[in-house]
Amino acid sequence: MSALAQRHGGGIIFLSLIVALLLTIVPLPEDLRLLRPDWVLLVLIYWAMALPHRVGVGIGWIMGLINDVLTGMLLGQHALAYCLVIFLTLKLHQRLRLYPLWQQAQSVLVLLALGQLLLLWINGMIGRPIHSWLYWAPSVLGALLWPVLFVLLRGLRRAFRVV
Amino acid sequence: MTVDHRQHHLDALRSSISVGLYPIQFLIDLPSTAGDWLQESFSSRRTLQEENARMHAQHLLLQARLQKFEALEAENLRLRELLDSSFKASDRVLIAELMSVDLDPYRHEVLLNKGKAHKVYVGQPLLDAFGVMGQIVEATPYTATAMLITDPAHAIPVQVNRNGLRSIVVGTGKLQELSLPYIPNSADIQAGDLLVTSGLGGRFPPGYPVAEVVAVTVDPGHAFAQITARPLSHLDRSREVLLVWPPAPRRPAIEPVDAGELDGPGEPGATDTGDAAPTDAAPTDASTDATAETVTDTPAASATPATPAPVETPPSAVEQEE
Repeated sequence: MSALAQRHGGGIIFLSLIVALLLTIVPLPEDLRLLRPDWVLLVLIYWAMALPHRVGVGIGWIMGLINDVLTGMLLGQHALAYCLVIFLTLKLHQRLRLYPLWQQAQSVLVLLALGQLLLLWINGMIGRPIHSWLYWAPSVLGALLWPVLFVLLRGLRRAFRVV
Repeated sequence: MTVDHRQHHLDALRSSISVGLYPIQFLIDLPSTAGDWLQESFSSRRTLQEENARMHAQHLLLQARLQKFEALEAENLRLRELLDSSFKASDRVLIAELMSVDLDPYRHEVLLNKGKAHKVYVGQPLLDAFGVMGQIVEATPYTATAMLITDPAHAIPVQVNRNGLRSIVVGTGKLQELSLPYIPNSADIQAGDLLVTSGLGGRFPPGYPVAEVVAVTVDPGHAFAQITARPLSHLDRSREVLLVWPPAPRRPAIEPVDAGELDGPGEPGATDTGDAAPTDAAPTDASTDATAETVTDTPAASATPATPAPVETPPSAVEQEE
């Protein structure tokens, strides 16, 4: 792997994250809003798993900050959650790569739920507790969508030779 | 995070990030804006004519009502002048549009397309054509986030229009429901009562409709009556909203003087000062700038009782949406 090849295709990573941000704030019907999966985190998990030398905790932190500003949450709330999840993904990436897709989705469910747990905890501390079980639906939906997203992003990565 | 929650040192950082993110928000808002624009430019002449006629009729109707209102306002001013109390000057308003962007689904917050560049400030009241919608909780250079009155973290001081009973309306997290948790069982309030802003707290200008009482449940087992109300503003339907700059809190007519110079305890200025002091302290730094400016462009602030104060906002003050 030459030094030149190492920095190939950064645009694709950037673009996929921008699209994820767009999906985060695109208006949905009132009932579907509660089910919206955390697109940014899903895409980050994929890139951290596939290219751990390119996407790490730092990018996770920045994307978390951006997400906080975009959705009007406490500054740093998503950043902390993303840092933790991406750190765990980096630790597990070799194991995750070997799993079949459905088992990967299970691991992703755990990671997403962990991130949401952290957000729930912070929201509770600042006096905005959430009591609905529906709060966990985005994690479940995100895990269900994982195989599709994985195949899509892998296709992108191979087509544009992102390494 | 604690710094952001407790203090406001990170507002600058948040503002600068959000300026960078404005293209994303703009892009998401684009389809609906473009839809509106297309609809406008391709609507037929006939539709426009119909709409024009309808607007004309409505304008006439409102104008007629306004005449009566002006006479009432003048009378009101005269009476208030007699009582030597503060009077309501006309408010400066700015029309803003909601951006069709989703924020956190567990909060009742909306994004507006006006920001600090348009002198929007944190704590500014937000209205639509039917009543109070909420207030600005965050202002960045080109956008502002507003919290609706139905957010569980929002409360607004109101009074019952019928008898002046004061209370606080608290959001419930449901879009069509507000609650009044602090009204005793014996209070005179009934379903159908109109709740208007009381102006206490200094944030919302007094006299704007907020909600209508839907149900009053008196349970002797509870210390307070359980009262629910329905917001009058169309929280989930309005796209155009009004940002209001309330008139600057009136300074006491007689400047506070040293105790030695006081003529007597019955000085009218003494009570006046006591009334004005809490409202003076209420606005934040940003709001004092905005309200200080309001004094200059509201002619009503210096109007004598003989000439009625203009009831509608001065045309120069209303900045139209381009």
